Amino acid sequence: MSGPLVVHTMMLAGILFAFGLIGFLARRNVLFMLMSVEVMLNAAGLGFIAAGARWGQADGQIMFMFILTLAAAEVPVALALVLQVHRRIRTLDADAVTLMAG
Amino acid sequence: MTVLFYLSASVAVLATLLFVVASNTVHALLNLIVSFVAIALILLLLGAPFAAALEIIIYAGAIMVLFVFVIMMLHMGPTSVDQERRRLGFRIWWGPAVLALILVAEVGFLIVTGGVTAESGPRPVGPKEVGLVLLGPYVLGVELASILLLPGILGAYYLGRRRREGP
Repeated sequence: MSGPLVVHTMMLAGILFAFGLIGFLARRNVLFMLMSVEVMLNAAGLGFIAAGARWGQADGQIMFMFILTLAAAEVPVALALVLQVHRRIRTLDADAVTLMAG
Repeated sequence: MTVLFYLSASVAVLATLLFVVASNTVHALLNLIVSFVAIALILLLLGAPFAAALEIIIYAGAIMVLFVFVIMMLHMGPTSVDQERRRLGFRIWWGPAVLALILVAEVGFLIVTGGVTAESGPRPVGPKEVGLVLLGPYVLGVELASILLLPGILGAYYLGRRRREGP
């Protein structure tokens, strides 16, 4: 019973990560890109939990909680940046943010 | 139980696909929340009930609500009322509603048939064991997480404040 389900969970995590990556690369809306990052982080956590469940250890869930903490710390800062960008140049297009003229 | 796993996995993949192809931010957010709830059900079936609860509370609850707040702050103006009226059509919300109903049916089935057993591993790993390991070998990681969260708060406060004038 322990074999295929873990493998399929890993495949599911890979599929979700690929969707997140596609969304991150294809979209130019900053909010969409942030949500795609969330999808990718979540897929990584799912992989950790599948590996932890395979061996009956709690370490996978610990790693999931650390990923959760990372997401919870990253999202407010990124959303504050989005608010600042929208306040200054009135758009959410990631390609329009060229104030540094790099 | 295996059927439930594959059903939840299908719902998660479908909701994420709908998220990627959605053109409206709010619709994408709805689909993303459904996807997170489906993943929480998968975590429950994998024998990680504490992680499933965290997924619902923090991912689908707190983080997505932050996105909702920002969308509400950005979508201001007289046109938003018309937009809301147009958005409330059946064509918009039937997708996430059907997917969420599938998940509700799965949860009801689990409640009716009794407890969830460990599907994929030797045994389920409960919250007590997770807490013992978290504050045992991983206590340094907990401290580092608190160090990470404090700059998160300060950074969000500093970046999000409204400056008066100037650059």
